[in-house]
Order: sequence, then C-alpha cells, then structure tokens
Amino acid sequence: MARTINVVPQERVPKTFWEKSYVPEIMRGLAVTIRQFGRNTFSRKENRDTFTIEYPESGTSHYPERYRGRHRLMLREDGQVRCVACMCCSTICPANCIHIEAGEHDDPTVEKYPAVFVIDELRCIVCGLCVEACPCDAIRMDTGVHMQPRFDRTTAFHARDEMMSRGGLSLATKGGRDAVNEDYTW
Amino acid sequence: MPEWIITIVKILVIVFGFVMGVASLLTLVGDRKQSAKIQNRIGPNRATLFGLDIQFFKNLGISHFIADGIKMVLKENTIPNGANKFLHGLAPSLVFLPGLFGWAVIPFMDTYCTGDITVLANYQEVCSGEEKRYFQIMHMEVGLLYAFAITAISVYGAAIAGWASNNKYSLIGGLRSSAQMISYEVAIGLSLAGVILVYGTLDLNEMVRMQGHQMWGIVPMWGVFVQPVAFFMFFLAGMAETKRAPFDVPEGESEIVAGYITEYSSMKFGVMQLGEYAATVFIGSLVAIMFFGGWQVPFLYGDGFHFGTPTGTPDVAVPYALIVLLRIGSMVIKTLFFVWLQFMMRWTLPRFRYDQIMTLGWKILLPLGLANLVITALLSAIF
Ligand code: SF4
Ligand code: SF4
Repeated sequence: MARTINVVPQERVPKTFWEKSYVPEIMRGLAVTIRQFGRNTFSRKENRDTFTIEYPESGTSHYPERYRGRHRLMLREDGQVRCVACMCCSTICPANCIHIEAGEHDDPTVEKYPAVFVIDELRCIVCGLCVEACPCDAIRMDTGVHMQPRFDRTTAFHARDEMMSRGGLSLATKGGRDAVNEDYTW
Repeated sequence: MPEWIITIVKILVIVFGFVMGVASLLTLVGDRKQSAKIQNRIGPNRATLFGLDIQFFKNLGISHFIADGIKMVLKENTIPNGANKFLHGLAPSLVFLPGLFGWAVIPFMDTYCTGDITVLANYQEVCSGEEKRYFQIMHMEVGLLYAFAITAISVYGAAIAGWASNNKYSLIGGLRSSAQMISYEVAIGLSLAGVILVYGTLDLNEMVRMQGHQMWGIVPMWGVFVQPVAFFMFFLAGMAETKRAPFDVPEGESEIVAGYITEYSSMKFGVMQLGEYAATVFIGSLVAIMFFGGWQVPFLYGDGFHFGTPTGTPDVAVPYALIVLLRIGSMVIKTLFFVWLQFMMRWTLPRFRYDQIMTLGWKILLPLGLANLVITALLSAIF
C-alpha cells in the first residue's frame, strides 16, 4: 500500500518592496533600540524600563515566598534545637554537605540531639531536599537571605548555633499541624 | 619648533590619545554599557576601583575596563603546535596597524592660519598669512586613496592569522573575512566615486572645505544631502569592513568558534579585538568627513558666523581660537556619533547569513553603486 503524506501548504505573507529593501524595517528596529537606549540612559530612575534587581540594596522583598535562602534550625518552646539528629537530611543531601554528630539528650522522650551540625555552604546546591526530608520541621530555608560570596572559606561552614540564631519557634506536631510560624519576618 | 616634533606630537595626540582612547573605551561603553541600556539591563556597576567605594566609579564600571586590560597583558600567550610562529605573531599587528595608519590623513581642523581670514562670497576662506597643518598628521593630495589602500591591507592580517594558526576553524574564518572584505571594498569604492565626482578632489581636507558651501544659502553642501544613496551604501559597507555585527560572519560561535581569532590569546587577542574597535572609529570619522562636513560647523567660517551669502564682515564675529575649538569639537562629536550609531546597529540587527552578505555586497550594493555613479555623472555633466 502506498503511503500517503499529508502536506499542509502554509500561507506565506508576501513581502512588500519596502520590506524586501530592509531600509524602513531597519529604521523601525533602530527607532526601538534608540528609544530604549534614551529612556534607560537619560530619564529618571523610576521611568526606566530596567528590570535588573540590585541585590542587596533593594532588599529581598521581591523574592517569592518559597525562595530557598540560607538554612536555619528551628527551636522548641524551651529554646532547644528541634533537630533529633535522625540523619534524614544528611542522607538525602545530594551534595553530602551536612555533617551531624548525634549526642544523647537528657530528656528520655527526645533521645538524641545534634552535638555538631554543620552545613558546608560551599558545597550546598540549595536544592531544598534537606527541608523536605526533615520529619520534625527542624531545618528550614525560608530566611530569604542570599547565599553570599565570601573571602574566607572557613566562614562558609554554618555551625549549629549560628543556624539556631536565625531559627524561630516551631510548634509543629506529627503531620505538619501548627507548622506555621510567624515570628520570622524578612 | 622643528617640523618633526610637531609631527610626533600630532601622532601622539591623535592616534594614541584619541583613537586608542576611544577604541579601548568602547569595550566598556559600547559593548557593556550601551548594550545593557538597550536591553533594559544596568551593566557592570559592582566592582570598586582600588577598593574605593565611590558610587560614581562603580556605576561607570571603570574597574571592569581596567581589569580587562590587565588581564589581557598578564594572560599566558599560547601558540598552537604546528602553527607558523613568525606569521602567527605577525598577523595581529597586520590587523591592528592599518586601523591606525589610516588616521594620518584625517583632518581634525582646517589648516591653522597665522594671519587674517576673509570669507569670499563663494564661501571660500582666504588666509593672508601662512597655513600650518597642525590638525592633520600628514597632508596628502590623494588622502582618500591612501586611506583605503591602508585599510585594505588588514585583509592580509585576517587571512594570515587564519592560515598561520594551523586550525580549520581559523582558516575558514580567515577565508570568510577576506572574502567579505574584498567584496565590500568594491562597494565602498563605488559608493565614493559619486562623492569624488561631486567634490572633484581626493584630498580629505579639501573635501571638508567644499562642504562648507551652502546650497540655496541655507543647506550646507554636506555629502549626505548631495549624495544620500552613497551615504547609505558607504555606512553599510563600512560596517561590513569592520567585521562587527551584523556582518560578523568571520566569527561564529556555533560554526567556527571565533574564526581567525580562535587560536589567539593574551594581548594578541586583545590587539585583534582593539583593531576592530579602531576600525569602527575610523569608519565613523570617514563618514563624518565625507558625508557630514567633518570639522565644519554649519554657518561658521574662518572669521565667524555668516547667515546667507558672506559679505566680508561676519554676522556674529567669533575669535579664531574659539573657532578652532568649535571645529575640532564638531569633528570629534560627529565621529563619536557615528561610532555610537554603528554600535546601535550592532545591537539592533540580527547577523546576516554568509550568502546574504554576499548577495547584499555583489547583487545590491554593487549595482546600486554603479547606478549612483552614472546618475551623479550625468547630473554633474548637465549642471
Ligand atoms: S539544600 Fe540541598 S544541598 Fe543544601 S544542605 Fe539541603 S539537601 Fe544539602
Ligand atoms: S534537621 Fe531534621 S532531618 Fe536533619 S537530622 Fe535534624 S531532625 Fe533529622
């Protein structure tokens, strides 16, 4: 059986003489770029079309709500760290950049706490998987603070206490109820 | 002062001060800032200058520009295996130098007159004293031919660079650029034939003087008014000569990497790039000289402003020093304007395909140039 191929002929817009000569079209293009150049060079700041956002001068208010910033460790009601050193986050972390050493907690109902909890920001790819993996709402990336360039590598290791200082109260229980926490504004 | 000291000062000021200054600044202002403005961006504005946190310098992006230069000089200079070392080293200067040699005949001002100037009724300026050429490096009756003879040499640079690199992409890039430049030499030459017919001289300074004449007492006899078609052709072909977008087929990221520049690094690469910018400035100055009156300021003559036919005394007398400054400023501003316009075109148009470039050169510009020449010849024979 012979194959049939369906061909749909396309209507082509015929070019007029002036379009073919390029001259008026180039003039139109030039007018656009010159207008844009003039507006972005000579007019006042607020009238410009520039959409570059100048971080950090302009702040972070334009970041979407779910923007993944630097990590923070959430706190219990008594100010202790919520993390139970279950290693879920360091297991899932694709960059292998979370280092946790568990210690025994005084409270027998809590079992463990992180004696050492370090995130190496130089290796972190800001994927947010650690936040997803955490069963306790202990680690979050909702600070809205950019990962910043730095001159010294040692400052790129975020230790537990530093991340706790950014942290806030979380009363989340199993299933994520009460996880909303309003005390951190950015 | 002996003549040769004056010449050296002229070379230093014009070539190293003006041309090199503008050409290297273009890497910052033209490529970074201007494109940013057109594309609704800001452009470089972060790096501080020597740690000085001055907003003005940060906004200008000066340190990016300085870092560029330092980087070029300090980078390792690699020569590929199998490359012809001598020619590989020679080619960048062959690309670069023609762009500078051409400036020898560019007049930035009329001859400096030591005596008084009277303006005749036919707009000619007569100098009673000695005429000194302080503002043109070398006076040449055939300045125009010289300028084009010199710029044509940069074809060799591109071709040799492509061949000496021992790289297929470079070779194709070199071939493409020589084909393109040779095609557009023809268009450039023909477009100027009409201009030469109208002004009847090859001396660039004389050409500018002729453009001080007025048509019907109001319109200056600038090339763009008497030869509009030639202006378009020359501007187009001149842009093609500089090998910048939209005519940048000698380079093509996707097909032939950076063309004949592919195998160049460090300052050799920098010099090649700078050569393109210098060529842009040179084309800008030629457009200003031949089509926009060069150093002429409308209605300003050797002794002041004359509105209507000159009657011996100027309508508004202007001291000679101020006239000199105005005229130099006029030439510089016109040149910069056309450099700006070329960059504007560069950021407006998509690049041509190779066959389109050849079609434009041989099938459109060449017949157009011939037609323009014939019509100009007929008109100037009749009137
Ligand atoms: S954001 Fe991703 S890479 Fe960074 S610590 Fe969390 S899991 Fe690891
Ligand atoms: S932050 Fe969460 S996932 Fe990571 S160890 Fe602590 S409790 Fe487990």
